[in-house]
Amino acid sequence: MVGKTESQNGAVKATAAPAMNLESDLFSNFSFKSFKLKTKQQELLLRVSILGLVYILAFITRLFSVLRYESMIHEFDPYFNYRTTLFLTEKGFYEFWNWFDSESWYPLGRIIGGTLYPGLMVTAAFIYWTLRFLRFAVHIREVCVLTAPFFASNTTVVAYFFGKEIWDSGAGLVAAAFIAICPGYISRSVAGSYDNEGVAIFALLLTFYLFVKAVNTGSLAWALASAFGYFYMVSAWGGYVFIINLIPLYVLVLLITGRYSMRLYVAYNCMYVLGMLLAMQIRFVGFQHVQSGEHMAAMGVFFLMQVFYFLDWVKYMLSDTKLFQAFLRITVTSAVAVGALALGVGTASGYISPWTGRFYSLLDPTYAKDNIPIIASVSEHQPTAWSSFMFDFHILLFLFPAGLYFCFKKLSDATIFIVMYGLTSMYFAGVMVRLILVATPAVCLISAIAVSATIKNLTSLLRTKSKTAVAGSSKGTGGSKASSKASFDQSQPFQKNGAIALLLGAFYLLSKYATHCTWVTSEAYSSPSIVLAARGAHGNRVIFDDYREAYFWLRQNTPPDAKVMSWWDYGYQITAMGNRTVIVDNNTWNNTHIATVGRAMSSYEDEAYEIMRSLDVDYVLVVFGGVTGYSSDDINKFLWMVRIGGGVFPVIKEPDYLVNGDYRVDKGAAPKMLNCLMYKLSYYRFGELVTEYGKPPGYDRARGVEIGNKDIKLEHLEEAFTTSNWIVRIYKVKPPNNRW
Amino acid sequence: MAKLLLYLTLATSLIPLFSVAFSPENPTDRRVLVLVDDFAIKSSHSLYFGSLTSRGFQLEFKLADDPNIGLQRYGQYLYDALVLFCPSVERFGGSIDVASIVDFVDSGHDLIVAADSNASDLIREVATECGVDFDEDPAAMVIDHINYAVSNFDGDHTLIASDDFIKADVILGSKKIEAPVLFQGIGHSLNPANSLVLKVLSASSSAYSANPKSKLSNPPSLTGSAISLVSVVQARNNARILITGSLSMFSNRFFRSGVQKAGSSIKHEKSGNEQFLTEISKWVFHERGHLKAVNVRHHKVGESDEPAIYRINDDLEYSVEIYEWSGTSWEPYVSDDVQVQFYMMSPYVLKTLSTDQKGHYSAEFKVPDVYGVFQFKVEYQRLGYTSLSLSKQIPVRPYRHNEYERFLPAAYPYYGSAFSMEFSIKDSDMFSGVTDLFYVVSDADGWFLYLHHRSPLQQVDFYFRC
Repeated sequence: MVGKTESQNGAVKATAAPAMNLESDLFSNFSFKSFKLKTKQQELLLRVSILGLVYILAFITRLFSVLRYESMIHEFDPYFNYRTTLFLTEKGFYEFWNWFDSESWYPLGRIIGGTLYPGLMVTAAFIYWTLRFLRFAVHIREVCVLTAPFFASNTTVVAYFFGKEIWDSGAGLVAAAFIAICPGYISRSVAGSYDNEGVAIFALLLTFYLFVKAVNTGSLAWALASAFGYFYMVSAWGGYVFIINLIPLYVLVLLITGRYSMRLYVAYNCMYVLGMLLAMQIRFVGFQHVQSGEHMAAMGVFFLMQVFYFLDWVKYMLSDTKLFQAFLRITVTSAVAVGALALGVGTASGYISPWTGRFYSLLDPTYAKDNIPIIASVSEHQPTAWSSFMFDFHILLFLFPAGLYFCFKKLSDATIFIVMYGLTSMYFAGVMVRLILVATPAVCLISAIAVSATIKNLTSLLRTKSKTAVAGSSKGTGGSKASSKASFDQSQPFQKNGAIALLLGAFYLLSKYATHCTWVTSEAYSSPSIVLAARGAHGNRVIFDDYREAYFWLRQNTPPDAKVMSWWDYGYQITAMGNRTVIVDNNTWNNTHIATVGRAMSSYEDEAYEIMRSLDVDYVLVVFGGVTGYSSDDINKFLWMVRIGGGVFPVIKEPDYLVNGDYRVDKGAAPKMLNCLMYKLSYYRFGELVTEYGKPPGYDRARGVEIGNKDIKLEHLEEAFTTSNWIVRIYKVKPPNNRW
Repeated sequence: MAKLLLYLTLATSLIPLFSVAFSPENPTDRRVLVLVDDFAIKSSHSLYFGSLTSRGFQLEFKLADDPNIGLQRYGQYLYDALVLFCPSVERFGGSIDVASIVDFVDSGHDLIVAADSNASDLIREVATECGVDFDEDPAAMVIDHINYAVSNFDGDHTLIASDDFIKADVILGSKKIEAPVLFQGIGHSLNPANSLVLKVLSASSSAYSANPKSKLSNPPSLTGSAISLVSVVQARNNARILITGSLSMFSNRFFRSGVQKAGSSIKHEKSGNEQFLTEISKWVFHERGHLKAVNVRHHKVGESDEPAIYRINDDLEYSVEIYEWSGTSWEPYVSDDVQVQFYMMSPYVLKTLSTDQKGHYSAEFKVPDVYGVFQFKVEYQRLGYTSLSLSKQIPVRPYRHNEYERFLPAAYPYYGSAFSMEFSIKDSDMFSGVTDLFYVVSDADGWFLYLHHRSPLQQVDFYFRC
């Protein structure tokens, strides 16, 4: 790969990063002279070593979580991914592909093979098998924990090549360095965060890079490569829909702006057709490419390309311009009419499915809130606060517009792509917090262009004076441009000092960025969220390991076929760590089933008992933060259970749980609230407990109030287990009364 | 693992059945503790006790306030059944109290409670736990001015001759009880919240419950056939309880006495008490009406091994063997109304099992076209019989990706068109701007992707198959 890069660089060697040039010149004056390396080789060496360092940096900065806690899987979804990967490595691909899981979504079960994106699991399993083949005796968990950092490192390499493709290798290096430590990306790719996004961002960027490369070169090979990149992306993450809409949009923009070319035709057609066929191999995606409304844009653009090609050909054949104009009008009208008709018929007949709720909520941020509580209830689906932009991007947020300026200044097919990628993804990042992740590579690349171009301009300004005497042979187009600029600017005396000041300022900003990123990574994004840490009264670290305590209790003390009911957040963890059947889990595919659980949680105990009996529930698990002050517990999530339950079962009404629109748990709480199952299970025996000195017993530290119902009696359930900090409470559902 | 799971499911579902008595293989009670107010009852009720001992029961008589009595020792129950012939006891001796009696029943043991007018609060409490409420007036007795038994000494019509039996041969035996049963004591009513308690002998519609010695000032709280004279409960764990408000109905005097119902010319030489109470004690002590289900099996038609998972649309066979305890041995249970459900939140299949008259029940059916975690359920609840509640969990999976048909007839035009395209494209120059050619051929199983190099077409560079 390096050799290949080298050979390509032969033609464009002068576009090497000026920042590097400065350094390389410095080095060449002293040490490297003795090794007799040519400038080209020095530059290559520097570039490779910088890239290598960035590669390592990207990996090690993500290891904070392992150092702070331990090598463990984080959060919720990764536990499912881990469980499936384990299955894959144990049973092989055929069993994995056809896995029907009877342990989740009891009693419906889940076709795992057909409802997941297998890319992540297959990747991890492949790494695992490779390591085993090389006689490294690793545990699959270690592989899973380190998959995301490994792919983050790979992403930096892709970012380098992408930056090189759209601007120059200097921008590429800066982009690689930016993306290596950008918090927006780190939040999803720390060690242990074994989620689809960890691999998918690599795949996303790779696909884009290969596609831009294909458009730039017009090569079928690159288009084919991008189709495979797309295939990998489809296999890894549902976010592939972004690709299949962005690329057609980009092609459309190129068509409209008159940049249609044979290169574009080859790149898009090959990428679309092959990518689509490959994507259909993923069972979860299936025929969506031809049947779902979200993918229709790509197909429309595909046909539009054919019309363009056809018109080109007709134009070539017809010499008469007037005749062609008439032909054009007829063709375009009929093509649009046929397309619209096909779309209308397809939609009306139900062959083309309408857009999904998630897609709607992207276009209209208020849609989910009004219509789909289950989407709105997820915190990462909330609209982004401006502070999290600042938190995740830091200086990139200011550099982004500057980079856009540079892109517009030097418009090409490639820069148009990155501009479109940047703008659309920024919009989506504003709609949904989690999509900051998708915007991060674009922001890094565009900002890298800004940084690279600015520094290059400044350094060339600095160097022109000294260089006038020794007109460097490595001076290319950029250099000559800069020198002409310099000669023009020579009238300004403070120009050099100004450039130095600006450079220093830029380096100050960049070093601040590096500090900020490291701080954010270590403080905010390295918590596994399954083990909680807090500061004790004396400043010492207190670890709350209640989740695992509870799950291992389930694993050790309940019958193997026991069914556990909990809110869906904990489903994956219970199946993966507790090895017990759950009623609902984080794969929220069946709203009714979740609503049933929500209804049970928000009903009175005897009503809930009927529901639990009908679902064969043996244990109920609730998460409670009143003792520790852990705020993301079930009581705080409870209103969503009410909303989701009430969405399907109108007997559950949200106002019953509120007092004058206020949600409270103290004495002034609504009577239904004080007696519903969730309240009872959370606060059972809590009234006897003094949590804080100087407060009455039953003082809830998470909400800062004294609870309203301290005398809770359970009739159909009994407390089975409560963890040491009361975070997880497990109740056993009693069998029906023996004599009644 | 799955097999183990199934086994455990089976085992847990059978636990209630097994825990009925001292030994699941021999469910009849053997050791009976009889608590009496004073030992005179031993002789005054000797006929009843005699019938029990003659059937092989070991009776142990204790005074109810004996400080040394206890139901269990070192966590093991010492008795299989408890008879409370102590209506006036205020406090049990030893470690026995209401809670321990309830625990005794809840762990599968049987109980007979005989109260009397002036029954103590303790006995009332035991009865309340079992779902019946004695008349709150401690002096109340059941009075019936129409269906009383003609006798020489009873002038207040509290000696009742009742023949309003429950219609269940399992409980009362197949031989019809000809003579009315004599009853003298307190009446009780059934708690409507309790669905398990049954009236075995109820008072006639003209009966009421009041203090015969005082004038009736208010309407009696219990009247008519709402009054139960003898009730039984079969708990969910198949423990059986008999409750009656008359201790004297077990006595030798009532056993031997003749009976003539008021207004009836027929005079029976002997009351029905002996037959009634003997038969019902056979039921209570599990000599009758006790079923067991064994060898619950299911497998695909044509196979014999039990699979861990079924596929949709499989044909399967379910079988179970049901036996009834005759008091000494297990006899095949013959019935034509045993049904199996294939159940996932609601029954998808409900089928009556066919029997070979030797206790073996079986049914064949097709797994529905729905995947999920199903259960084979047999919920067999018949009056007087122990309830059979078998459930066996079994997942049903959809087709695997290669279990569909390999070639679809409907797709042949597409296969044909794909190949004809390949041949026709051979010489065409259409893709002159394209260096490579590729063909995609689809079939039911996936997609073939051929990539040919442009010149010699026969040479396949790349062959991709998913």
